[in-house]
Amino acid sequence: MTKERKPKNVFKEGAISSEFIAESIAKHQSKTSIGAHNIFLGQVRADDIEGKTVSAIEYTAYEDMANAKFHEIREATFSKFNLTCMHIYHSLGTVKIGEICLFVFVSSLRRKEVFKALEYVVEEIKAKVPVYGKEIFEDSTHQWKVNS
Amino acid sequence: MQLQIKYFGLIAEITNCEKETIEFSKTLVSELLEELFVKYPSLKQKDFKVAQNHEIVSNSSEITNPEIALLPPFSGG
Repeated sequence: MTKERKPKNVFKEGAISSEFIAESIAKHQSKTSIGAHNIFLGQVRADDIEGKTVSAIEYTAYEDMANAKFHEIREATFSKFNLTCMHIYHSLGTVKIGEICLFVFVSSLRRKEVFKALEYVVEEIKAKVPVYGKEIFEDSTHQWKVNS
Repeated sequence: MQLQIKYFGLIAEITNCEKETIEFSKTLVSELLEELFVKYPSLKQKDFKVAQNHEIVSNSSEITNPEIALLPPFSGG
């Protein structure tokens, strides 16, 4: 069962709302072969760095390359794991602390596949997609985030 | 050949622009970097990779695409 998947635009302007996430879950109720979903939500953390507190992250990306990499990751994930569907959304622009900046949603017939697949997708995104987070402090200074 | 160079993150702060067009008469990524280091000396100390055709390329690669990007370490998610 191979179907052609076209590159999608993964980026959304601003934070990913809980309403959007709830809606995504609801949309899968008609896909009744699915037995297990797994969801990763990346949330902007109020990091304390040398006495200053992060208030928001401003995301930019090399969008063409990033969408190409997201597509490669999707294809690789579908070939490695037995998934029914997968959705990835990443914020661009300003996301305040406590808000969601990354939403990854994988679904399968059974649970074991979604546990493995979700970790794989998130780690691949962190390693291969040219997205940049500028951490804005409460005093309006900033530093460039580095993934650990 | 005319190249459009795109800069991201910390690198764009050093170059003070997100993209620029330059005339490039040589062949290799390393030769392009030599020219950029003359223009932006502080780039030399920074950690970044070069992308062509949406793939990371080595310094010994030939430049064949008019769009080149300088990418600092990724911090998505």
